[in-house]
Parts: sequence; structure tokens; C-alpha cells
Amino acid sequence: MEHIVIIGNGIAGVTAARHIRKLSDKKITIVSAESKYFFSRTALMYVYMGHMKFEHTQPYENHFWQKNRIELVEGRVSHVNTEQKAIQIDGAPDLNYDKLIIATGSKPNKFGWPGQDLNGVQGLYSKQDLELLENNAPNNKVCKHAVIVGGGLIGIELAEMLRTRDIPVTFLVRETSFWNGVLPNGESQMINEHIQEHHIDLRLGASLKEIKPDENGKVKSVTIAESGEEIECNLVGLTAGVAPNIDFLKDSGIELGRGVKVNRQLETNIKDIYAIGDCAEQHVAIGNRRPIEAVWYTGRMMGEALAQTICENPMEYNPGNWFNSAKFLDIEYQTYGWVFSERSKKETESHFHWRHPKEKICITIAFHKDSETFLGINTFGIRLRHEVFDRWLNEKRTMGFVIEHLADANFDPEFYKSFESEIISKYNKDYGKSITPKKKNLKRIFQIS
Amino acid sequence: MSTYDKSMALTGEPPKSLSISQKIATILGLSGLGILLLAVFNVNFPNKVLWLTLSLLAISFGIIWFAWDAYSNKLPGIKNDGVWFKSISSRGLWAWVAGLSLTGFYVVLYFYPEYLGLVSNGDNKGVIGLFDPLSKLLSGNPASQWFVYGTLYTVAILAFGIKFLWKYRHNRYERLRTFSVMFFQTAFAFIIPELMARLNGHKVLNGGSLPYFDLKNVWPLNYYNFEGYRIKGFLSSGDIGFALLIFAILSIFVITPILTYKYGKRWYCSWVCGCGGLAETAGDSFRQLSDKSTKAWKIERWVVHSVVVFVTLMTTAVIYSYLGTDTSKYWLTKSTFLIGVAVLLTMVFGWVMIFKRDQLQKDAQYGAIGYFVIIIALIGFHFFSGEGQVFLFKSETLRKSYSFLIGSIFSGVIGTGFYPIFGNRVWCRFGCPMAAILGFQQKLFSRFRITTNGGQCISCGNCSTYCEMGIDVRAYAQKGENIVRSSCVGCGICSAVCPRGVLKLENGPLEGRIDSNQVLLGNDVDLMTLVNKK
Repeated sequence: MEHIVIIGNGIAGVTAARHIRKLSDKKITIVSAESKYFFSRTALMYVYMGHMKFEHTQPYENHFWQKNRIELVEGRVSHVNTEQKAIQIDGAPDLNYDKLIIATGSKPNKFGWPGQDLNGVQGLYSKQDLELLENNAPNNKVCKHAVIVGGGLIGIELAEMLRTRDIPVTFLVRETSFWNGVLPNGESQMINEHIQEHHIDLRLGASLKEIKPDENGKVKSVTIAESGEEIECNLVGLTAGVAPNIDFLKDSGIELGRGVKVNRQLETNIKDIYAIGDCAEQHVAIGNRRPIEAVWYTGRMMGEALAQTICENPMEYNPGNWFNSAKFLDIEYQTYGWVFSERSKKETESHFHWRHPKEKICITIAFHKDSETFLGINTFGIRLRHEVFDRWLNEKRTMGFVIEHLADANFDPEFYKSFESEIISKYNKDYGKSITPKKKNLKRIFQIS
Repeated sequence: MSTYDKSMALTGEPPKSLSISQKIATILGLSGLGILLLAVFNVNFPNKVLWLTLSLLAISFGIIWFAWDAYSNKLPGIKNDGVWFKSISSRGLWAWVAGLSLTGFYVVLYFYPEYLGLVSNGDNKGVIGLFDPLSKLLSGNPASQWFVYGTLYTVAILAFGIKFLWKYRHNRYERLRTFSVMFFQTAFAFIIPELMARLNGHKVLNGGSLPYFDLKNVWPLNYYNFEGYRIKGFLSSGDIGFALLIFAILSIFVITPILTYKYGKRWYCSWVCGCGGLAETAGDSFRQLSDKSTKAWKIERWVVHSVVVFVTLMTTAVIYSYLGTDTSKYWLTKSTFLIGVAVLLTMVFGWVMIFKRDQLQKDAQYGAIGYFVIIIALIGFHFFSGEGQVFLFKSETLRKSYSFLIGSIFSGVIGTGFYPIFGNRVWCRFGCPMAAILGFQQKLFSRFRITTNGGQCISCGNCSTYCEMGIDVRAYAQKGENIVRSSCVGCGICSAVCPRGVLKLENGPLEGRIDSNQVLLGNDVDLMTLVNKK
């Protein structure tokens, strides 16, 4: 029986295992140093905040693995021997494989800051990071002040977490506005305001110069490069993005870039070795996507595609329209298609922006300046229906069509106030149009005749 | 497991302590309860009106003040910080204290009302006596233990309802739903029946007396609705009484199926029902305690459907017991009634087995067949055994056992008393026959579903954790599958706590309602069609 060994039990590795099991009887082993059972990394923040217990982050009950004949090995893989098709594991016996799937995810970026390895300096990615945070910042007596470095999704999550324990937080963001490499200005500005509303000391245009220790080798303060200001703190959260977690592959002969280099079938340069999820790097980026996609659902999709390939049905990883979502403190964010920030958008990309006069709700719709083809949408505080936007993107609908049918795409809970008429009248005013909104139609939404 | 959890042990002191305002509010609320407790021990309050008012106001304002302090200084949004750190909401010491006190209260209420001061001939004493003035104001009669309970129940729904309204002030679905349960409890369960009692003996009722009737309390939740004394009461009360009886019958056979078809069982369970009302307001802090394991789900299916069978048998036997045999006196006789019941059950059974079998799990099919055979055999027993008996047991024995086991122990003592241990919907999930019947309709014949939003789910588990009915919502959401579960009461909290906007409760076309995707939206179309093709 063919033995499939998967390194890493995150969403990518586990999805691959589940689908291989669905399609075949192969022997499957998952090796993980982080945790015995699969858990949802995205939910770690809720454990610290007391919304959930750790066990609630595990999507499958513990008996699931045995029932589906997926063997779990706890240990850290230290070496891959591609000649003998074997892996060495710290904490467990060596394993031989017929096919090997590398799904080891990411690790927090460190950019060589002085003091970055001090006690009290940490990232937020793994279960161990969460445990460390519980030690470093259990309450506002032990942790009187925290500084977070890096204005991205993890940074704002960490700030939210610490605030639930009333720990004062200073948030250093290198950019001139929060996440404005990704978000258009209007949205980025709104999130700036929301961060401050939550009593987080947001410092824009501020980057880390160095972290200073106290006499015990524990963090004492950080210095801001731009202003030279020194801020005393007991915790430094390094949240300046993540990089593939592939150090153990350095001498394995597997081709590495920033991540494990793979082709569209997720194969590495060595036969029978594959890489999926955050640690995989495409030779050529797919569409507007990045070569390394550290997103929950892309990990899942790579796992699904690879399971097909491994079960004798060769298949490319072929993601459809881009989408994503996040939550910034109390504000939900969804995106479908591509909306680029002012910093990175092409000249042909035009933006229509609407923001609620009082509440923290806004949308931005991107379209082609000349053809008025709809390119993508960002919404904050409004939920949208994935299927509808996926369809509209596939059908290459125009801006006029999207605006007219906006009610069809709303996914807010029932009885929520909807803002389609305000949005449409702003659009009509901005562009001199006279579009009237169509009423929500179940037949169109669910595509039934 | 053990090593695993220890490492997550909280070494610090997360935010679980109460503010000074909250401490004072707690003392205020407890002092209101204290007045009632003193009354229980027969402390004689000189001015009952004053002390009862003080007590109820202290309880209400204690709760409302506590909630105001918790939510007013925070921005609108999800308020679950520290839920699993606080003793009361994570099965800690205070949860057990609260659970045992509530349980004790229910035991006394159901079985020893004399300790509360109930006096059958003469003036009430104790805490029931304290409520006499209010009861006399409403219905003209002295209070009973049920009046005391009903008043406290209403106060709880109103005060904790206000708390819930603040907690979810950003969510209109939750707010409207809460206004609805607050209204139905106050008007339908509390005030209207009390006022209706004033009509008893009046000429609009032809001098008859209506039984105490909460109009929204539908059989079989209201398992005693068709008992002999009530039917007599209805029939003796002129056109109004007759109309109410017809309404009670239409409620279960016509009104509820139509509304459940259109909106799912939520229209009842989380918008109207009193049990649901208490669970959603006073019980909201305990929703995360429900058991999500597949094992619990299996137990739930067997237990709750067994209760349906029990209540059907019991009610059939009770009605049978007071019907006559002579068609010339009254058209409905023992035999015609039993034949009617058999025909109805056969029709439902046949419809499900012929048209909906593929939607039932294997064990559900076996259960249905087994129970159907048993009921029909028991009904047949009447025709073969000659006179008098149905279902082997005396109808009175059945009625009493149901009333004791289900009506008191299950719905009260366990169902509500154990809120802080098993979660707030134990009764609704494992015991309520009404919920089971509505759930059966919801699963097989309803426009309601919780739609999963394509590929946006990140498997975080907030939805499952906060599902009071113990549904593993995430298991569906992460597969891109809609949630169509008979137990779902449509409280909408899964959708509210979802950080990625994945879940939406909605009524839509039956076509495509149950869609099982093996691959979620986001992948290219070929892979989706390939894997979804079974």
C-alpha cells in the first residue's frame, strides 16, 4: 500500500489527507510538531480573548482521525532524505514515504532588528506563540504596556486581543495609513479611525529601530526610527508578515526560493515530493495572485487539487476569482475580485467609493475606466454573497449592472438596514448616471428558472 | 488530551473581575431576591404592595444596571470577551451554585408549593402571599405558585431581554426577535390569561369558566391542553370558548405547519415561545455550554422523538378516556377518534417514507418504523380487547407520568435549573415535543436554511461554540454546505458571531436548499464539478 506522508497538520495538509482518504485506500500519516490534532489557526485569537477554549478550535472530534485511518505523529521533521525516501523526526522514529507532501506553513518575519530575540518579543502564528503570549501578557499587571510592530492583519488582531485584557497597546505602522498597500485610501482611513476608537495608540509612519533589554535580558523598551522616541513596554509583538517555514529543507536538494518551488501541479523538482499551502511558491504567479499565497482557503484548495493528482487524476492548482475576508476589531471586511490600493493600482482602474456618513460602513468598487467592466469590490460592514460576485466576475459584468443589482448580492442578516439606494444615488451623482436599483430577486440569486 | 490542555492553562488573570458598579448591581439584584427569600421564611411584611414592588424593581434594576455597565462603554459588536474565563459562564463554582439553587427552586415549586406559602383554603402565606395583591389586581384571584413563577419568569425575560438588546445592539435581527419574545411573554403568557380569568362566570362566556390559556402555548408543548377539564371549560364558555378550542386545534395542525414552511421553526422557538424566550434572554450567557459532539446529537434525536411518541400516546389515551361510545350522543366516539388518530399518523408516516426517505438517516428510519408499529399496535389493542383500555396503561397513569417526568422534571428542573451546566436549550433540544414536531417540518418541508457563503469559512469555530442547540455549524460551513437541521431554532447567533460573514439565515426556494459540496467555491469550475459528482 502506498504511503503518503504529510508534514504539517494545518488546513492544507489536513485537506489533502481528507481528500486522499475519500478517493483512495492509501496509507496516510500526518507529522506535526505543533499539535496532535488539527486546529484552526485563525481562531487562536479567540482563545486568548476567552471567546473559545482551545478544543473549540479543533474542527474534527478526536475520534475522527482513527475512524478515517489517518495516522498522527507528533514530532519535528529535521531532515528529508530524498534518495532513500525517508524523513527524520525529532521525537519520533524515522518514516519512509512513497509520496511526501510538505505543508509546513509559515513563520513570523523578523527583519534583523536589534533585540528581536529578547525575552518578551514574539510573533503570533502558532499554538506555541499563543502559549507564550499567555506567559508574556497574562494581564495588565505583568504586561503594563505592549508595542506591536507591523500594520497588517495579524497586528490588528494582536492589538484587539491585548485590549480585551486592558493592556495599553502602541501600534507601530510603517506605512502612512493602516494597510494602505492593500486597501484604498478611504477604507484605510476608516480603519485608522476605528483603531483609535478602540483606544489603541496608533502610530502611522513609525518603524522599529531597536528593542532594548533590561538587566534580565527581558524587553524593556523600543525605539521608533523616525522620531527617536523610546517607549517602555513589556511585550513586543512582531507582526510584519510571515515567511515560509522551510529551514529544515535547506540541504535536502528540494528547490527552494522564499518557499518550496512548485509547478502548477504542486510538484517540486524532486519526483514524489509536493508542497502546498503557505510554504509553496509558484514558479510563476497565477493571475494577480502572489507566488506565495498565505491565505486559509488557498491552502485548502491546494490540498483538494493535490489529492486528485496523488490519486491518479493529475490536476493543476487553478484558483478561481480572488476573494478574501477579515475582521478589523468590530468591522468585517470582504473582498471579491481585485481592488488595488492607490499605491499599486493600474491607471485604467477606477474606483467608486461610498462611505456611511456616521457609521463605520463603506464600499469601494473597482472598474475599468474605459469599458466600465467590473473588476472587484471591497466592503466594510456589509456582507456580500460570494456566489453572486463570483458569477458576475465570470460573466464580466459592467459596473452599471453590478450597481443596478447590488441588492441581489447583499448577505447581511435579515432586517438589517441596507444602503443600496444611498450607494446608487452617490454613484449616479459621481458619474452622471441615472441607474435605478432592482429589487432583490430570489430567482436571480439562486439561479432558478 | 491531558498534556495538551495543561499547556493552555491560564497562568494570569484575564478580564473576569466585576467592576464596582457591577458589584453594587449584583447586590441590588440579590437584595430583591432576598426580600422574596425572607417572605419564603414567613417574615411578615406589613405593606405587601410596597415590598413586592421593591423586590421586583431591585431584581430588574440590578440586572439592567449590571448590563449597562458591561456594554454601554463599548462599541457595538460581539461581546464575548472572557466568556470562558468567568466562573458563571464556564461551569465554574458560581455556575454550580446558580444551577443548584435554580434546581432547588424548581423542586419546591413543582412538588412542595406549600413551602412557598400556598394555602388551599384561606389566605396564602409566605412568598405566594406577598404576590397576592398583584394577582388580585390582574385576575381578581389570590396568587398561586404558578402566578409567582409567571411573574418572576416575565421579569427575567424583560430584564435580561434589555441586557440582550444592548449586547446585540448592532444586530437588528437579534433586536427584533428579542422585542418579540418580550412582548409575547408579557402579553400572551402573563397579562392576557390573567385578565381572561376575570371573564369567568360572565355572561359573554354564558356563565362558563375558561381554563387558564396562554394562546401561544401550542399542544404538545402545552401537553394538557386537551384534557377533560379543559375541554369542558372551553365547551361551557359559549362561542368564545368554542373559538378558543378550535384555535388550539388549528394551531398545531394548520397554523404551525404553514408558518414553519414559510419561515422555519424559528418563528416559534426564538420569536414567540416562552421557554425559548427565557433561554434566549436569561439563558444567553450559557449558550456556549451545549454539547456539540456527534454522540450528543445521536442521544438528542432518540430522546426528543421518544418524547413526541410519549406525548402522542398520552394525549390520545386521555382524550379517549373521556369520550363516549354512543354515536347518537356525540359524533366523536372512542372508536372514531382512534381511527382518526391512526389515519393521520399513517398519512404522515406514509408521506415521509415515500417522498422524504432519502433525507432521513438510517437510524431515523428504523426509529420511525418502530414507533409507528408500536403506536398502531396499541391503537389496535382497543379494537381487539373490547372495552375500556387503550395502550395497556390507564390514561391517568400515562398522564401523571408524563406530567411528572416531562412536564416537571425535564422542562423545569433539568431544562432550566441546569442552564449554567448543560447550556440554555437543554429542554428545547432534548425534551420539547413541540420543537421536535416543528423540527421535523423544518427539515423536510420548509423554505428556511442557513446559507453558507461560498468559500469564506475559516473553520474558526465561533458558530459551533455559540450554537445553543449543539449543532456543529462549522462542520457544514467549512464544506460550503447549507445548514438544514431539524433542531435549529434560528436564533441567528452563529451568523452574528461569524467573523467572516459566512452564515445567513434566510427563507428561499426549496430547490437547491440542501446542497452538499465536496469542494468549495473558489477553485476552478472543473475541479468543483469533478469532486461534487458523487
